[in-house]
Amino acid sequence: MSAIEVSALQKSYGQLRAVDEISFSVNQGEVFSLLGPNGAGKTTTIEILEGIRQRDGGNVRVLGVDPWTSGYALHKKLGIIPQGFTFFPKAKPKEAIQYYADLFGVTVDSSEILRKVVLDDAVNTYFEDLSGGQKQKVGLALSLVNNPEMLFLDEPTTGLDPQARRAVWEVIRELKKEGRSIMLTTHYLEEAEVLADRVAIMNKGKIAAIGTPAEIIAQHGSGERLEFRGDQKLADYLREHTNLDVGLDGNNLVRVRIGEKHDILVALESMERSGLDWADLKTRKDSLEDVFIKLVGFAIEEGGGIKQIGNSGRGA
Amino acid sequence: MLASLKRTLSDLKIFSRGYLRNKIGLFFSLVFPIILILLFGSIFSGSSGPIQVYVQNQDSPSPSPSGGFVTALNSTNVVRTVLVDNSTNFSQYLLSHSATAGVLIPKGFSASYILKKPVNVTIYTNPADTSSGIVVATVNEVVNAFNLNRTGSTPVIGTQSLPIASQSYKYIDFLVPGLIGFTVLTSPMFSLVNISSEYKKTKLFKQLSLTPLTKGEWLTSKIIWYTLLSIISYLLMTFVGITLFGAHVGITPLVLPFLVIGPLFFVSLGMLVGTLTKSVESAAVVGNLITFPMMFLSGTFFPVNTMPQYLQNVAHVLPLFYVIDGLNQVMIFNNTSQMLYDAAIVLAGAIIVFVLAVGLFKWRED
Repeated sequence: MSAIEVSALQKSYGQLRAVDEISFSVNQGEVFSLLGPNGAGKTTTIEILEGIRQRDGGNVRVLGVDPWTSGYALHKKLGIIPQGFTFFPKAKPKEAIQYYADLFGVTVDSSEILRKVVLDDAVNTYFEDLSGGQKQKVGLALSLVNNPEMLFLDEPTTGLDPQARRAVWEVIRELKKEGRSIMLTTHYLEEAEVLADRVAIMNKGKIAAIGTPAEIIAQHGSGERLEFRGDQKLADYLREHTNLDVGLDGNNLVRVRIGEKHDILVALESMERSGLDWADLKTRKDSLEDVFIKLVGFAIEEGGGIKQIGNSGRGA
Repeated sequence: MLASLKRTLSDLKIFSRGYLRNKIGLFFSLVFPIILILLFGSIFSGSSGPIQVYVQNQDSPSPSPSGGFVTALNSTNVVRTVLVDNSTNFSQYLLSHSATAGVLIPKGFSASYILKKPVNVTIYTNPADTSSGIVVATVNEVVNAFNLNRTGSTPVIGTQSLPIASQSYKYIDFLVPGLIGFTVLTSPMFSLVNISSEYKKTKLFKQLSLTPLTKGEWLTSKIIWYTLLSIISYLLMTFVGITLFGAHVGITPLVLPFLVIGPLFFVSLGMLVGTLTKSVESAAVVGNLITFPMMFLSGTFFPVNTMPQYLQNVAHVLPLFYVIDGLNQVMIFNNTSQMLYDAAIVLAGAIIVFVLAVGLFKWRED
């Protein structure tokens, strides 16, 4: 049985289609990442899966039940960190864990949970005095109190500095090792690439691509290429004297698609024969970010917003 | 049922810890009302003494009937006379001294009195001053006594003044229940308006919805906490009122219905305001618009029956009026039937507001 089954899921806010008939499934024990910029529909999707937002259409099953109607029967099996996790300002991490344990009616070793999320150095600090990373770790700790089968982590590292982000990643990796299914939304491509078994790229309420990062790159990327600094004349020379796919972007970066290893020799010989200047030669493969930009037409800024990409040239 | 009770108590525990660690909340719940009782108690408990009245006696000095008239005014102990020199323009003098009252005894007063010829004593008053009526009444009383004495008559009808209860009431007696009502209103209202809008904004309610805690359990724990605060406040203020100002207020378990139903009402009302408003800022504005008029019109600082009739009518639709009136009934008058009437009205309102608050407040979103 899949941990999550979603088919033709829809949700609108007035005229805005936040989630537009998306379908996907998440396997047991898998880390599945929904990747996309702010407003892509990630949080709406995850809140529908958590059972705190009602869908307009489609079918959803989380651990075999409908999340909207099953309520606590499902929630006792889930660990959830909502986006922008917060807690009572004057509560200490240990008290927060004990509070959740009392609510769920379970007995826990709060010190053990705090050690697991690497927060045992801040046991007696009020939540309001914790750093951003430590606050997210409190969220992770609370999501573990009821020993959940599945975790929903909605942008767990947004706004954190790189060091804090990596610390949270380590905790997520440990949870994965324990065999828990994890649904992770993020707008950090690197995060999805590092943590997720499979990724769904969301844009404007739709899924633009789905699969393992390698599958998505292979399916939507442009493969290996030769890149070097050059000018329009050199790009035109290569197009004229070879059968290679050559492109040039606004920053005078020439890209030559490499279908076979032999293409590298052909390109180099032609560059030498041209007598024109070139520099900074290297070979490069598409990353998930390259594919993301290609699929949605823009990059994602640090805060999750959209960063428009300049002239991407033609070819390659 | 047991699990629900455990969740409620667990929520109460974490909320009360946070509350006790927040010094501002504690200050406004327990310390500020004590400051108010000390302030108002000091202002209104002391005797203000006789009213100062300037007197210009243009008649012959004592011993004479006019001199006796001034002596008689002073002997009332209601006014204290200050003689003004005859060479001074009296009305100008009163103006320049910002006087609130003055009495002019005309030249020939003594001769007219002896000859039984009519003569007028002029009373200058400031109609805007609340003591004017007292000065006029006191002077008239002395005038009547002089008239009776001159005609050799004796008064036939007299008056006798007695307190309604076994003791006479003082301002502090009404202030203590009023300020207990103030705490019952303000602590839960301000807190819940803020909490409910803030938790909505930070999505903390959404987080709580993912646990087994229910809306009713969450609200119940707040009601329990503010009931405890109200009881502490009642004990503190009664103690201060009795020991420092000699307030005649009773310590009785009959106040408990108001210390329970009051927080039930205002916790629910605060929750309702936070739920129905869109932002933390608008919630604060609406909360203040409800709280402040209710605080001043319900008899917190002054008895409602001293207000104009139309304001009294407004007061009678405010829940805090019935809380304070009920506290007055049990703490001052020992009137159980009126207290039951007040408690029933507050309870009926509290149930309606509680049901509305739980019903309209959303853990989850549609």
